[in-house]
Amino acid sequence: MMTSDAMELGNDAPGAPEVSLATPSSARRNVLDLDDFSAEEIASVLDDTSAMVEVLRRDIKKVPTLRGRVVVTMFYESSTRTRISFEEAGKVLSADVINMSSSGSSVDKGESLLNTGLTLQAMGVDVVVIRHPHSGAPYLLARELPQVSVVNAGDGLHAHPTQALLDLYTMREKLGNLQGARVVIVGDVLHSRVARSDLWGLTRMGANVVLSGPTTLMPLDLLGGRNELDEEHPFAQVEVDTDLDRAIEGADVVMALRLQSERQQGGFLPSLREYIRRWQVTEDRLARARTGALVMHPGPMNEGVEISTALAHGGSSVIEEQVTNGVAVRMALLYRLCAGRGNRMGDGK
Amino acid sequence: MVNRNYNRPVLIKGARIVDPGRGIDAVGDVLTQEGRIASAGPVLAPSDVPDGTHSIPANGLVAAPGFIDLHCHLREPGYEYKETIATGTAAAARGGFTTLCCMPNTDPAIDNEAVVELVRRRSDADAVVRVFPIGAVTKGRKGKELAEMEELASAGVVAYSDDGDPVYDPNIMRLSLTYTLDLGMPVINHCQENGLCCGGVMAEGWIATRLGLPGIPASAEEAMVSRDLSLAEMTGGWLHLAHLSTAGSVDLVRQARQRGVSVTCEVCPQHLYLTDEWALGYQGDLRCTAGPRNYDTSTKVYPPLRSRKDVEALIEGLAEGVIDCIATDHAPHEVASKQVTYQDASFGISVLETALGSLMSLVHDGRISLSTLVDRLTVGPSRVLGPSFEKYATLETGTPADLVLFDPNAEWTVDTRRFASKGRNTPLEGVELKGRVVTTMVDGRLVYQDYGD
Repeated sequence: MMTSDAMELGNDAPGAPEVSLATPSSARRNVLDLDDFSAEEIASVLDDTSAMVEVLRRDIKKVPTLRGRVVVTMFYESSTRTRISFEEAGKVLSADVINMSSSGSSVDKGESLLNTGLTLQAMGVDVVVIRHPHSGAPYLLARELPQVSVVNAGDGLHAHPTQALLDLYTMREKLGNLQGARVVIVGDVLHSRVARSDLWGLTRMGANVVLSGPTTLMPLDLLGGRNELDEEHPFAQVEVDTDLDRAIEGADVVMALRLQSERQQGGFLPSLREYIRRWQVTEDRLARARTGALVMHPGPMNEGVEISTALAHGGSSVIEEQVTNGVAVRMALLYRLCAGRGNRMGDGK
Repeated sequence: MVNRNYNRPVLIKGARIVDPGRGIDAVGDVLTQEGRIASAGPVLAPSDVPDGTHSIPANGLVAAPGFIDLHCHLREPGYEYKETIATGTAAAARGGFTTLCCMPNTDPAIDNEAVVELVRRRSDADAVVRVFPIGAVTKGRKGKELAEMEELASAGVVAYSDDGDPVYDPNIMRLSLTYTLDLGMPVINHCQENGLCCGGVMAEGWIATRLGLPGIPASAEEAMVSRDLSLAEMTGGWLHLAHLSTAGSVDLVRQARQRGVSVTCEVCPQHLYLTDEWALGYQGDLRCTAGPRNYDTSTKVYPPLRSRKDVEALIEGLAEGVIDCIATDHAPHEVASKQVTYQDASFGISVLETALGSLMSLVHDGRISLSTLVDRLTVGPSRVLGPSFEKYATLETGTPADLVLFDPNAEWTVDTRRFASKGRNTPLEGVELKGRVVTTMVDGRLVYQDYGD
């Protein structure tokens, strides 16, 4: 079934339609952030995602594409949707997916991240999906594990590229085109890896990004010292408006970020009440956006804090579609990484 | 100190002699005899040179007093897996340093006579350059009670510092500046207001924002610099500020100097040559980079590498003399402590062997003169250490023959596998530098000779 120049998403069920994907032109080894994705590559991943969405709609969600590949998820932080969607993505594509969490593994015995990674590499694992509370942890693995593909499933405050891709896919499906779209991201930008990766992806795709939220939860260099921003830096192209009512005017997309309750204890906010009054995404506020504007949230939500309950489950919300698309995006990425790997045994190592 | 070479006279012929203490910058000869400078300046006739003299042709090379490092971490006792007095002083010799002052953040801390004695014994046995310990300001470097500072002085420390940590408690800092008034030695503070660091691991700014790493704002340093300057002004005590890294700190010191505050300060080669961009894997040749080169843990150091604007201000302060001297803050670490996430990595860079090469870029770029650079590596630190160190900072006849010979234009690529230091932790690995130490001499003995390897 698997050949080196073309991969097909055939269904194990006899008579089921097959879906063909173009083999990626450039072999990608790791997905660390979107900062090294071109607009073309992002578009190509989103195209592949459409094909994967089709597979997920079948009665029997199973194709043999990644049969014989081993994917390990290493989660050093708790997660529901990201971990399960990677697992589902791998399994639908017939990869063997092994889940590792920091508790109950050698991490409990003090094994370093590097040694855990080396152990997995020695076992012949093809793809390591890692979530870690420290920014840059996936980069350490990518540098030190030459035979493994590394996927960042969220690192510290830094990046969450698969979330950003599913956000981009969801927006493209609904809006048709991201060029010139006004996307307002509201909340704790300072501590948000989702916001950072979305910034890279959205600016590459030509969207206009507006950040809104408390000044204490905004990186200072976005507020004041912008003269120091390198012109190539996408954050230099971002608009900041702490007045949400003004920021939301004419928006095509409004994305609320999760507000962690620790932020108030950390002194970033006077009270949750004041946050809600100034930055909760509500129906009243959404009325200022363009008609048909999308409401998004990376999850998990604090309903009634960063987003009103009515809006979270209302007609404008695409929050559940984001989750569905998350599986398809991860399928597209796992496929892309494995396609670039060739036949390990045939590599003459 | 190990006597590895018999003390035969040495003639350095035709070098550019840079001896800022005597205002000399001219081509000439240097002759050492019985461990001392016999002559440094005039071209010597063959009849002036004793029989059996070892002659070193030095056309195109610079001869200068050996460098004095006010601030390094030799890690012994306690952390011999990071560095020892043997390996640290061998690294110093390779870097052109002939005198090292080692910080007391060892285990146990250098906070009493017995530990000073231990360091001295180890140095007598293993060191290839001069080693002078710095004593702790407080017992166990815990910041609670003053160490027995007079006992430390009698035992031979040359300054006091809790480096690695600041003296947090403002009243303890006040008392240390007061208690040392009759001891004649400076209190060196590592300025870091922890309440503003909030777990920070690199300079606050857009690169920290991009990398999602907690930032250390410039104010974390400046708030404590400001506090300490005020305490020095009030007490009349002698404050020495370690490793300044921000433009604001330079301004604060400049203003305090104008008011007559007795303060000296230092800057490190890494803060004059590297910026926070290096955390992206930038090595002077690239703009924004993405990919696995990001999060280079060898760039993690306290104070953090800062912006180009700060680097500019530090260079100006150094040229102007607001900053008295260059100190390395050589902080060697074992590989494992850097092969972790950026947040888990230890702070510190192994500096001794790359210091000259990186600093020479300031001369090649026309930012400071060669003579100023040598001054800040010799006369500057000797002034902080007091009159008894003047003899190590000059090539005047009769002084100990501590000197360095270097090729200002030799290009070389940093290869940490060749380091004498156990610490391979430098972002300069693989970087080409221009300026290379050829020979280092202590008391007239060759302690390092580059054979072009």
